[in-house]
Amino acid sequence: MKNESVTFIMAGRRQRNRRWILVTSFLAVLSCILCFAMLLLGNTIYPVKDIIRALSGEQIQGVSFAVNTIRLPRMLAGIFAGFAFGLAGDIFQTMLRNPLANPNVLGITTGSSAAAVFCIVILQSSGTVISFASVIAGLATVILIYILSRGKSFSIGRLILIGIAVQAMLNAVISYLLLVSAEQNIPAALRWLSGSLNGSQMHELPPLIISVFIFAPIVVVLGKHLSILELGEQSATSLGVSTDKTRMMLILSSVCMISLATSTTGPIAFVSFLSGPIAKRLVGVGFSNLFPAGLVGVNLVLAADLIGQFAFVVRYPVGIITGIIGAPYLIYLLIRMNRKGEL
Amino acid sequence: MNSSVVSKVKIKQLSPYIPKHFVIVLVISFVLLIVCVFASLVLGSRMVGLNAVLDGLFHQGIDSYEANIVRKRISRTVFSLFCGAALGVSGALMQAVTRNPIADPSILGVNTGASLFVVCGIAFLNISSANQYIWLALAGAAITAAFVFGIGSMGRSGATPIKLVLAGAAISAALSSLVIAIMIPRSHVMDQFRFWQVGSVGSATWDGIATFSPFLIIGILIAIITAPALNALVLGDDVATGLGVRTGILRLVAAFGAVLLCGAATALAGPIGFVGLLSTHVMRLILGPDLRFVIPMSAISGAIILSLSDISGRLLGSPGELEVGVVTAFIGAPLLIILAMRLKVSAL
Repeated sequence: MKNESVTFIMAGRRQRNRRWILVTSFLAVLSCILCFAMLLLGNTIYPVKDIIRALSGEQIQGVSFAVNTIRLPRMLAGIFAGFAFGLAGDIFQTMLRNPLANPNVLGITTGSSAAAVFCIVILQSSGTVISFASVIAGLATVILIYILSRGKSFSIGRLILIGIAVQAMLNAVISYLLLVSAEQNIPAALRWLSGSLNGSQMHELPPLIISVFIFAPIVVVLGKHLSILELGEQSATSLGVSTDKTRMMLILSSVCMISLATSTTGPIAFVSFLSGPIAKRLVGVGFSNLFPAGLVGVNLVLAADLIGQFAFVVRYPVGIITGIIGAPYLIYLLIRMNRKGEL
Repeated sequence: MNSSVVSKVKIKQLSPYIPKHFVIVLVISFVLLIVCVFASLVLGSRMVGLNAVLDGLFHQGIDSYEANIVRKRISRTVFSLFCGAALGVSGALMQAVTRNPIADPSILGVNTGASLFVVCGIAFLNISSANQYIWLALAGAAITAAFVFGIGSMGRSGATPIKLVLAGAAISAALSSLVIAIMIPRSHVMDQFRFWQVGSVGSATWDGIATFSPFLIIGILIAIITAPALNALVLGDDVATGLGVRTGILRLVAAFGAVLLCGAATALAGPIGFVGLLSTHVMRLILGPDLRFVIPMSAISGAIILSLSDISGRLLGSPGELEVGVVTAFIGAPLLIILAMRLKVSAL
């Protein structure tokens, strides 16, 4: 009898494990295809052979510039920003046990974005200063909304409401900064208010790439505890997970990642919001969906950027496409949550 | 100004009760209003002297450079006052209808709905006059308001603040992506409506004001007429019905008034946020909850807030100017935070 139930559970676990591997590898393959498309497609489509030769450092008239200076940085920015947004968004959603509580809605990305704009247009600084400032601004925004929403009793609803207000304020700051800097042009505004991969440059990328390589493993490993945290504070403590420390580490790592991603691409709308739920749907309940969520983020950003570049007569920045895809899902989610009385 | 006179007469007829500071508040508001008008004529990226203001206002014959600047600023000032009044009253009505302290045309996404319709009209129907914008904006505002309220009030607990705000934020995000997507490929639409993303009163013309005025008057009349019944509605649907108020029709009429006001304002100025929230709460704080006083006074405070924001925008953005929508968002959002902090968890 006992044996039977054990085999039953083991079988279920194996099955979910298989599903996880299947989903993850599918997402990885899809990302590779999209990456390839990012390198291949453009105003001129070069032969694959030339692209590979250009990537390996050979100088080929035209190809080298298009691939190495324009398409490759764009692709890398998309990959790492997408991964950071997807992973960090999922962390927030799981930790706060509410899909609406993601860095986008809470205004954290807007905080980083405002800091990046301030550094670029007012201080005219570059590189590390921008990265530092946006991380600090991201953390400051988190602390600010947390302190403001603590009040007499903490509630997610209050947190989200305050996040929306903080976001409105920071957006006003961004508009103001863009205006006084006389850079009130549409591309700049679109980049810093909704996110774009246009004009990504190789030398801007290292902080983001390094931070993803450092923090993503931490987050994925600690994420195991996250599924225990999801059971609630008391159960987590009794199962031996130090809730405060884990939470602190997770928040710090995720904020560092999204802040750096935001300082390179702008706050790409809704990626951090969509990735977690999509990954959860694909992987199923009971397994960590953090890594898949990151991959979903990559796929979303790359696919949206390709759609934005080539599906229409004009080129749309990636944030507009993800905004149009993401907002109806947000509305659907609201309707579902309202029906169930979860809000 | 007209409206407050009407309401004062009504108040005397209907009720012996007048809030304690009402007269003082009224006087101070009017003084502030006059100061605002004066400041709005004088201040800007180029300051003008008192003589020039007098020349510009009263001596049409004098054609100095500064007098012409003042004349340009007159229409802008009038429009910012009208627009602020409309947004203030609209916010007060929305708060009463949804029985929700954080309702405001911008927070509920209604302004963005109006913008989307206008941008569509310009892009696809080649519409280009204020007369036509206004109807599109009204349609957009009405549809969005119904949609947001529909989503926000689903489920057992009804329309709680958090549900309404989230529905508004979601729909606003969706619609503003669409607005940008429609604008990007059409440079003429973009040039025409760049200020739309944030809202501006700088391009006001007398024609626009003339188109706007009837909507303002009708909207404010509706607000003043429904105010006593809305007072009952605040106590709850059951109590209101018991007091002889037909809640369904009242809600519809008051919501119509709110949409009329914010739709028309958005049609001409673009989405300007938080004015309704600010003006109503300031007045409620001073005068108490009686809507018969709060509604007309939010018209005045809305006008003051918007024209002050416009003036600050001109000074902060000099030599260009900062759109008034940016300024109102910056000063209005903290109020939203304070309100969110004060709400009880059960009320969220």
